[in-house]
Amino acid sequence: MSSLFAFTLLGLFTGAAYAIMASGLVLTYTTTRVFNIAHGAFGMFLSFVFWDFTQRQGVPTVLSLILVLGVVAPAIGWFVQRFVTRGLGEGPVSVALVVTVGLLVGLIGLAQQIWPPEPRVLLPFWSDTGWRIGDTYVTAHQLVTLLCAIAVAFGLYLLLSRTRIGTAMRASVDNPELLKLFGGKPDRVAALSWAIGMSLAALGGILLTPVVQLDYYALTLLVINAYAAAMLGRLKSLPMTFAGAMTLGILESWAVGYLPTDGFLASLRPVIPALFLFAIVVLMPQAQLRIGQVKGIVTAPVPSLRMSIGSGSGLLLVALLLVNLVAPNQVVLIGVAATYAMVMLSLVLLTGYGGHVSLAQFTFAGVGALAYAKLDEPNLFGLLVSALIAAAVGALVALPVLRLTGLYLALSTMAFAVLMDKVVFNADFAFKFNGTLAAERLSILGLRIGSDTSYVWFMVLAFVLLSLGLLVLRRGALGRLLIAMRDSPSACGTLGLDMRWFRVGLFALSAGIAGLAGGLFAGLRGTVGAADFLYFQSLLVLLLAVVFGATSVTGALLGGVALMLLPEFQAASPGMAGLLFAVIGFGAVLLGRDPNGIANHLFRVGRWLRARVAPGLEGRLQGLLPRGGTADGADGAVDVPLVDVPLADVSGGPDGGAAGTRVIEKVV
Amino acid sequence: MSVPILDVIDLHAAYGRIEVLRGVDLSVPRGAVMALLGPNGAGKSTLVKVVSGQKEATSGDIHLAGVHVQAARSDDLARVGLCTIPEGRSVFPNLTVEENLVLMSYAGVPAGAILDTAYAYFPRLHERRHQLAGTMSGGEQQMLAMSRALASDPALLLLDELSMGLAPLIVDELYETVARIAESGVSILCIEQFARTALRVADYAAVMSGGRIVATGEPGEILDTMADVILGGAA
Amino acid sequence: MALLEVDDIVVRFGGVTAVNRATFTADRGVITGLIGPNGAGKTTCFNVITGLQRPTKGRVRYRDRDVTGWPVHRRARHGVGRTFQRLEAFGSLSVRDNVRVAHEIHGGPLTWLGGSLIGRRGTGRGGGVDLLLDRVGIAEYADERADSIPTGTARLLELARCLAGDPQLLLLDEPSSGLDETETDAFGRLLVDLAAEGCSILMVEHDMDLVMSVCHDIHVLDFGEIIASGAPADIRTDPNVQRAYLGYAETDGDTGVLEPVAQEVLS
Repeated sequence: MSSLFAFTLLGLFTGAAYAIMASGLVLTYTTTRVFNIAHGAFGMFLSFVFWDFTQRQGVPTVLSLILVLGVVAPAIGWFVQRFVTRGLGEGPVSVALVVTVGLLVGLIGLAQQIWPPEPRVLLPFWSDTGWRIGDTYVTAHQLVTLLCAIAVAFGLYLLLSRTRIGTAMRASVDNPELLKLFGGKPDRVAALSWAIGMSLAALGGILLTPVVQLDYYALTLLVINAYAAAMLGRLKSLPMTFAGAMTLGILESWAVGYLPTDGFLASLRPVIPALFLFAIVVLMPQAQLRIGQVKGIVTAPVPSLRMSIGSGSGLLLVALLLVNLVAPNQVVLIGVAATYAMVMLSLVLLTGYGGHVSLAQFTFAGVGALAYAKLDEPNLFGLLVSALIAAAVGALVALPVLRLTGLYLALSTMAFAVLMDKVVFNADFAFKFNGTLAAERLSILGLRIGSDTSYVWFMVLAFVLLSLGLLVLRRGALGRLLIAMRDSPSACGTLGLDMRWFRVGLFALSAGIAGLAGGLFAGLRGTVGAADFLYFQSLLVLLLAVVFGATSVTGALLGGVALMLLPEFQAASPGMAGLLFAVIGFGAVLLGRDPNGIANHLFRVGRWLRARVAPGLEGRLQGLLPRGGTADGADGAVDVPLVDVPLADVSGGPDGGAAGTRVIEKVV
Repeated sequence: MSVPILDVIDLHAAYGRIEVLRGVDLSVPRGAVMALLGPNGAGKSTLVKVVSGQKEATSGDIHLAGVHVQAARSDDLARVGLCTIPEGRSVFPNLTVEENLVLMSYAGVPAGAILDTAYAYFPRLHERRHQLAGTMSGGEQQMLAMSRALASDPALLLLDELSMGLAPLIVDELYETVARIAESGVSILCIEQFARTALRVADYAAVMSGGRIVATGEPGEILDTMADVILGGAA
Repeated sequence: MALLEVDDIVVRFGGVTAVNRATFTADRGVITGLIGPNGAGKTTCFNVITGLQRPTKGRVRYRDRDVTGWPVHRRARHGVGRTFQRLEAFGSLSVRDNVRVAHEIHGGPLTWLGGSLIGRRGTGRGGGVDLLLDRVGIAEYADERADSIPTGTARLLELARCLAGDPQLLLLDEPSSGLDETETDAFGRLLVDLAAEGCSILMVEHDMDLVMSVCHDIHVLDFGEIIASGAPADIRTDPNVQRAYLGYAETDGDTGVLEPVAQEVLS
């Protein structure tokens, strides 16, 4: 009985720190409609700043606290609202998500750059003071945490209901345009709420550091705890957020006290917040379809089938040259790039075409890899089954959040990624803790693709085939449906489309593609482990996909290559490792507003070049070759067996299928 | 003749490629009440949005009390004495009556004075001061919205479809308030889809159709044009 | 025989009652008008009928079945189509593809698969799409992106999109706003033709000329309540309706100057 009291009490203290953090999250979200996934990352960064002040610079604790909470954090908050997140609340949710994920990754990079990894200790406040209550020992730090939470709750109450600026904050939740007509300044209100939100993130982080250690990732992940707590109040109600935080703290504490110390159940401890979150999400009532959303987005052009086949063959040719020319140890890198590119293809489908954001795409690749290694069927059948298993898992993730959209869906995928990363992949039935599984390279029709060069080329082929499949899908009825659903869900509903199952299907298909990539990746590596599929990798995949263009296959290809090069660069100059993350993260912040990414700018250059150069070139070629026998037609030979003529007949871009047919006929 | 309080010259505005205002010329004399009538989709609300700084014009000029104000932001305009009551319920539904009134002090008049004026004029608001504005009836919400015009002593008042969705009796009551605000010397531009009571309190009237002002004059003169315009000229 | 029965519907948002005990019907094969001043709750009624808004109270019956609890898409599959007052065209698709999507949604998953394999030219259903565009009179815009066409055209596109689903009950929310006079006339004739083919139409509309000339029955909504129902001739002379539209009853002392307007608006 007394131990129950003790664990509950301890839970209350952690809960209090969560409450502080979560209330900052709710404050910024409600006033600006931007959900700050980097909330925990800001808490992490500012805790490091606090450590720097107190331990490195030797500034007295109280003064440091005042500086961090009263100057640095509000300044950062003001800056971020003013220059990064302003106006994001009115745009599509996916853009705000990508931008704040960019902030998260950027902050982790920046922290690693400024404070390179080494053991750092941040002592609790008055670390040697404490009191005994019954058989429980309560430290001064815990008491301080609780008092801080009470002060925050009281302070927020006073601010929001007793001051004009606080009233204006609540008013801008309802209707910022009307607030302007009243003469209020929503921008100033938003900046203030971000400044306060940042201070609360810092305070929460600093109070929790003695519990979770001064670690780049652990503190960043606190956003899931904060989000889970805030979801109890549906991201709106502060009192419910406090209640949620306390419940979460107590549940965690009970898990420590009552779950067995080994076995599978023990591993559940770190994911209590994620489980708590899923429980709440499942119980949430269905959101109604909204009328009048953002629509008509400019997207990258869809190439004609002829052009896709041409470029695909070109790519295969280049890959063929590369795998034979580069040093043997670099061949595998090309395969890694192909893996990432395929995972990014799955994001082209989900995010670029469908408008949904997933923060767990590389985790699905992990599921595929796990299934492939476990199945031990190194052939096409095994690969296909692995992809299907990943698809089923994807559907399973989408099912509970079937009724939810946008933000909730994306955040649930992040919770899922953490859950897989921390528990499932480490479980005994999977890779085991710190363990690996062996995976054999596959054979097709009894022919084993054993050598690095042929296997990697096969992976590039898989990428090309998936890309072609995706483009055919995009040009067909399913593609139109996806775009229609993104433009106006309400209209799709009133036309008779049951979007819930369609969305689950989309999610499953996308997870399946990622799973396929994971299966191939397992074969490439030979051994795979949980460390290959950290949740953080999914964030990088998303960011690079968006930076290079989540609406086009080209973007996925470029993004895949870039993500492969990233650790190479980091290994080449370890001092710059953090800086590279920062560049990618903040790059995504800059480019995240345009999901067409860098690829689209390339297309523009390409069109310009074609308009300028092509006529002359074609004229010259015409003299040498019969029409249709241009370079890409010749390369098409590689691919032709995969496409039969009737299909080519309808390749129909505006430039018509007829020319395409002629190409194929000639080659055949 | 003194400088008009509002002078709009050849104003154009568009949503995307669709032009909604196609050269609006309108002048509201100082101290006058002007009713702006016209059918649905004539561009009246867009005009209000552009004048109040909520939407940018593509071309044309707006002068407020002789000062060229184009591209000013709506919050700045509100602070210098332009009071806009947009269409629909222009109160914050999740704030109490009193909190709504407190926010009106951004326009310059201290909160205490606003509360006094509003409660004195609408005793019903005083009874409900701790009630959430969204839980009051439509008429009471419009009273609250009108309190801003009443208490903040604006130079120009823009009223967009005050009567929308309200029972005629309540509309009459609201227009009495409008008349009273007018008596205190405030210039008013009052937009209505149907003639209604608006013409009773107006000194001048204008009719808008297809993104232009098609007629201006005294209320009596305007009626004939009005009938034509509402019927789209098909009468 | 009523195709659609709206029975005692109440919709409250927070404390505001948008629709208050509205009861009305739409009959088979005729055009029914739903009119009323701005903000009277007409669009909310449409949302309730199509399932986009759950009513606080009351039932919706369609083809003698209670559909109040049905989700949006199920009602659509049973033949309820609608257009939107605030346009909901698929902006990044071409006009033709907007209608094709509707065709494909109506046709079900098998057509999607077919569409994917067969691609652009379609199976001859594509011809159906072009016929529909021609029928509503926007064939010349077929290859334009839907977010680049004028409002009136986009409304006709929404109508064509609905028709692709072969609806039995068509809900049109201010379909003629954005159309000029000749277009409105042509549009009126199209509606009459559709009704003659057996399609029932319920229409919210501000153009009284159009309403009075094509509607068989009219329901007048004011302040969330149905204040009058009947044939156009009865509605025109109903004192309640005059009061709703002009703020005066005929008995009101000072209607002198406004009477001509009242007559014109409702004539």
